[in-house]
Amino acid sequence: MKLWMLIIATIVLSFISLFIGAIDIKVSDLLDWHSDETQIFLISRVPRLMAIILAGAGMSIAGLIMQSLSRNKFVSPTTAGTLDAAKLGILISMLFLTNVTYTQQIIFSFAFALAGTFIFMQILDRIKFKDVIFVPLIGIMYGNILSSITTFFAYEADLLQNISSWLMGSFTLVIAGRYELLYVSVPAVILAYIYANKFTVAGMGEDFAKNLGLSYKVVLNLGLILVAIISTTVVLTVGVIPFLGLIVPNIVSLYLGDNLRKTIPHTAILGVVFLLICDIIGRIVIHPYEIPVNVTVAVIGSAIFLIMLFRGRAYAKK
Amino acid sequence: MIEIKGLTKRFGKKPVVEDVSVTIEPGTITSFIGPNGAGKSTLLSMVSRLLEADTGEVLLDQGNVKKWKSSEFAKRVSILKQSNYLNVRLTVRELIAFGRYPYSKGRLTAEDEKFIDQAIEYMNLTDMQDKFLDELSGGQKQRAFIAMVIAQDTDYILLDEPLNNLDMKHSVQIMKILRKLVDELGRTVVIVLHDINFASVYSDRIVALKDGKLVKNGPTHEIINSDALREIYDMDIPIQEQNGCRICVYFNSHA
Repeated sequence: MKLWMLIIATIVLSFISLFIGAIDIKVSDLLDWHSDETQIFLISRVPRLMAIILAGAGMSIAGLIMQSLSRNKFVSPTTAGTLDAAKLGILISMLFLTNVTYTQQIIFSFAFALAGTFIFMQILDRIKFKDVIFVPLIGIMYGNILSSITTFFAYEADLLQNISSWLMGSFTLVIAGRYELLYVSVPAVILAYIYANKFTVAGMGEDFAKNLGLSYKVVLNLGLILVAIISTTVVLTVGVIPFLGLIVPNIVSLYLGDNLRKTIPHTAILGVVFLLICDIIGRIVIHPYEIPVNVTVAVIGSAIFLIMLFRGRAYAKK
Repeated sequence: MIEIKGLTKRFGKKPVVEDVSVTIEPGTITSFIGPNGAGKSTLLSMVSRLLEADTGEVLLDQGNVKKWKSSEFAKRVSILKQSNYLNVRLTVRELIAFGRYPYSKGRLTAEDEKFIDQAIEYMNLTDMQDKFLDELSGGQKQRAFIAMVIAQDTDYILLDEPLNNLDMKHSVQIMKILRKLVDELGRTVVIVLHDINFASVYSDRIVALKDGKLVKNGPTHEIINSDALREIYDMDIPIQEQNGCRICVYFNSHA
């Protein structure tokens, strides 16, 4: 696949995304600055598109970094407890701080996402049995433990409904003023690209990295911070989107390899294309109502994931 | 020159390497030999800074290796550990290009490209330079890794059992290349070997370890004899001369 093909796909899909929805907007409507259509376009459609682009690129890159640093093709923010830890952080902030502000929530959820991922990497470092399937299974179990702690305390404190809204990734509620936090992931993605070579070297293992004079621990920690930043912003604005960070980097790795300097642009844009397609499907299927994007992503994503598992186990092992 | 002075490493209470002192002569192949668990790989890891020693020190050009800057050290000493588990999909050329990382941090200059081309040619990898590593056979993969180390352009090349999982033909190929690196390019090679006969035929000096302690250290011809080998391996090993090579016929000795 060529990069320009992905870019054209993104442009076409963005256009479609801007002009479908409960209310019919035509290009000609936008000529009138004060029309209702223009207002809807600017307050709802454009922010929604931006949120999809930022979340799609961000989650794919976060997955790519995690797969590189953990040296396992099946590790991603959803299979390593990152997102579950972020949710736990939000809950803790609501439990212990009265009148919790948005900023406090962000800080708590970031700190927990970072700590949660760090603990997972420590577990990974200690276990002897590093089978490609076994490692993400541990990650999923670990995430579920964090998640059940969250659910328990949320239940006790009557916050269950509040918490479950973060479970469901959806762009339905994205309007101007409620998604701008996502822009924080832009510098994170740019940093990921600047440090691409370091992540590739670190992905070849600690001994290998040290041989080339790379300070492995610093790169590892930087990677985990970037992953935590991206995951936090996505969870807080649109919720958990499963599979994205898992499938997209793997598809790119299949045709382009694992040299991050080369794969980061493809991964980011393919993530956007994939998420745009899923969101558009979710908006068309029961029009004028919507299916949350995490449902469409899960359906399409799990199908792709299964194909990859059956066909690609040999590839992932190599 | 690399000087190893009184190195000791314990895992738990058990010493894996105990008070080992060796000087690595420049421009030679030095083989580390010894039974399983003798501490050969651990010693090599400490020399290359992958592991920190409990006591003792390693000097590179009279300077303690701990005091060297990582990026400068990586221009002088390279180490290749057993790399068969590496699951990163890079092309051969991309892998070799990372050998230049200590110099260019990934932004390759024209000079870097020259080193990469030379390494590829030297290791006969021109035809497969754009193939992914996971499409290569074990021997080809090992050659690609050695090409990376050549591109890294270090005086000292340390290799931890590079013949693992290689058949006879590829093992001989790799050892001949290492010999060439020393004889033609003036590099210094330190290698952990399991097969005593490869050590005998290809190395200039042999360092023998047993239970973490240094038992023999000297030119190859002083070590490859039945008396010394009995001390190292607890086996009676007859030696046969074949075209000037000493071959240890250990296959039916009393163990």
